[in-house]
Amino acid sequence: MKILVCISHVPDTTSRINFIDNNTKFDTAGVQYIIGPYDDYALARAIELKESTGSTVHVLNVGLADTEPTLRKALAIGADEAIRINAEPTDSFFVASQIASQAKANGYDLILMGRESIDYNSGVVHSIVGELLSLPSVSPVMKLDIEGNKAKVAREIEGGKEYLEVNLPFVAGCQEPIAEWKIPNMRGIMSARTKPLKVVEPTTIDGGVKLTKFELPPPKGAVKMVSADKVEELVTLLKNEAKVL
Amino acid sequence: MPILVFVETAEGKIKKTSLEGVAYAHAMGGPVTAIALGDVETAELEGLGKYGASKVLHAADPKLNKGIIQVYASVLSKAMQDEQADILIISNSSLGTPVAARVAVKVGASLAANIVSLPETTSGFVVKRSIYSGKAFAHVELKNQKKVLVLRKNAADIKEVGAPVKVTPYSVSLSDADFAVTITSAELATGEVLLPEANIVVSGGRGMKGPEHWHLLEDLAKTLHAATGCSKPVSDMGWRPHHEHVGQTGIKVAPQLYIAVGISGAIQHLAGVNSSKYIVVINKDAEAPFFKAADYGIVGDAFEILPKLTEAIKKAQ
Repeated sequence: MKILVCISHVPDTTSRINFIDNNTKFDTAGVQYIIGPYDDYALARAIELKESTGSTVHVLNVGLADTEPTLRKALAIGADEAIRINAEPTDSFFVASQIASQAKANGYDLILMGRESIDYNSGVVHSIVGELLSLPSVSPVMKLDIEGNKAKVAREIEGGKEYLEVNLPFVAGCQEPIAEWKIPNMRGIMSARTKPLKVVEPTTIDGGVKLTKFELPPPKGAVKMVSADKVEELVTLLKNEAKVL
Repeated sequence: MPILVFVETAEGKIKKTSLEGVAYAHAMGGPVTAIALGDVETAELEGLGKYGASKVLHAADPKLNKGIIQVYASVLSKAMQDEQADILIISNSSLGTPVAARVAVKVGASLAANIVSLPETTSGFVVKRSIYSGKAFAHVELKNQKKVLVLRKNAADIKEVGAPVKVTPYSVSLSDADFAVTITSAELATGEVLLPEANIVVSGGRGMKGPEHWHLLEDLAKTLHAATGCSKPVSDMGWRPHHEHVGQTGIKVAPQLYIAVGISGAIQHLAGVNSSKYIVVINKDAEAPFFKAADYGIVGDAFEILPKLTEAIKKAQ
C-alpha cells in the first residue's frame, strides 16, 4: 500500500499569538513550530500501517524552506520520503489543490491528514482533496482499520460515533485516539538525514479567498471572585449581570 | 437572489445551529431558501418561516436519511443551481463542514469556515473567522461570485421574524458513485443536550477525582439544561467518553456560559472554551491558571459547592 500523509507546520499549542505589520502578518518571534497535532495522529497511524502491512509512507507539506525541519521530524518518526511544495499555504483550496496534484501524479491508496490544522482551523482540506480527486473523504476519523481493499472507519459525530466502510483509495482527516503519537528515536533521527526530501514547485491556483487583516480578541476583564459559602451570589451575578440564566 | 441555507436535524428536531444559519441569511438581507434532506417532520420545516425563511425545500428521498457527505454535497450543489443561489450557508458540524467544502469545489465558490459574524460588504465581501483555536480572528475577502459560508455557533441571534411557510418538495436524482461510503452503524447518546449545540456547558476535570462523582455535575447540568463536558485527562483515563472532551484536540465549544469544575486550565483546554461568552471556574487551588480566563470564580471544594449551586439555581428559576 502507498500512503500519503499531509502535515501542517504550525505554532506549538502553547504559543502566544501576535501579529505584526499592521495586523497583516503572524509574528513568528519566539514561536516553536511543530507537526500539527492532528496530523501527528495521522502520521502515527500511517507508520503503524506501514509496519503491519509493509506499506510505504510519503509525507507532504505545503510550505517554504523553513518547514523542512518539520518534514525531517516526520521522516525520523518513520516516513520513507518527504515532499515539500514550495509555497506559502495561503488558504485551504490552494493547499488542497497542491496535495491533489501530487496525489494524482503519485497514485496513493490512502491519503491521511489531521482533521484540521491548528492555525487556520477550517477542517476542510481533506474534503476538498477528496472532491478534487473524486474520492470519498471521511473526517474526523478516530479508528481506521484496513482489511484488503476495504477500510473500516469510526468517525466522531455530535454526541457519539458513526461506523463506516469505504473502499480504498480514500481521504481521511484524523484525530485521537486513532493512534498514539510517536516520538522519534535516535536511529530514526539519524536515518532521516539521508531520506529523500523532494521540493516541488506549486501549481498556480486561486481559491478566491484573500486575507485582509488579522485581529486579536479584546483582553479579558478581571475575574470576580465569589466566596465558597455564598454560592447564591454567583447565581445572582449570572442572572442579573451576565444574563445567562 | 436567494441565499440557500442547509438545515440539519438531531433526533427529528431542527438543530439550533441551523436556525442560526437561517437567522444569519435573513440578517444578510435574504430572501432565504432553507433546504432539508432526509426524514424531517413537516411541522418542524414549516416553522423555519418564523426565523426568516421565505421558502423551504425538502428532499425527502429515504436514501437521504443517512448523512453521506458526497451525496449531500451533490444535492446541495444542484439546489444552488436550481434556486439560482450564489450563497450557501451551512452551520459547522461533523456533516455540515465537509459537505460545504465539497460543494464549494463543485460550484467554484470561495469558501470560509468558522465565521463568527455577519459579512462586511461595504467594499467586497469580507467575513471574520476564528483562527488559532479561538486565540485570534482573520478577516478574509471572498472574491468569487459564488460563496459557501460555514458558520460557527453564535454567528447570528435567532429571532422570530415571520410566520410558518409551506414546504416545497424537492426531488433529486442521486448518483450511485456518491454512495461509496456505507454508514454501517452509529453509537449515539440520546436525550442529552449535544455539546456543540448547548447554550450552557458544565465541564469537569481531574479535580472531580473519579467518574463516580460525575452525578454532581450531571445534576447541575440537568438543572441548567446544559451539556456536560470534560478535560483531556478525564477522557484519556476513560472516566468520560471522547465526544465530551473539550479542548484543542477535542470539541471546541462556544456557549453562553461555560462552568469549569476541577479543571486547572491548561492552554490546550482554554483553546476549546475561549469563545464562550461567560466562564465560571470552580477550583480548590486559588492559583489555577483557569481563573485568569474566567469571568467569575469560586475557590473551594467542588463536592461541597456543586450541590449548593444546583440548589441555589433551582430556587432562582
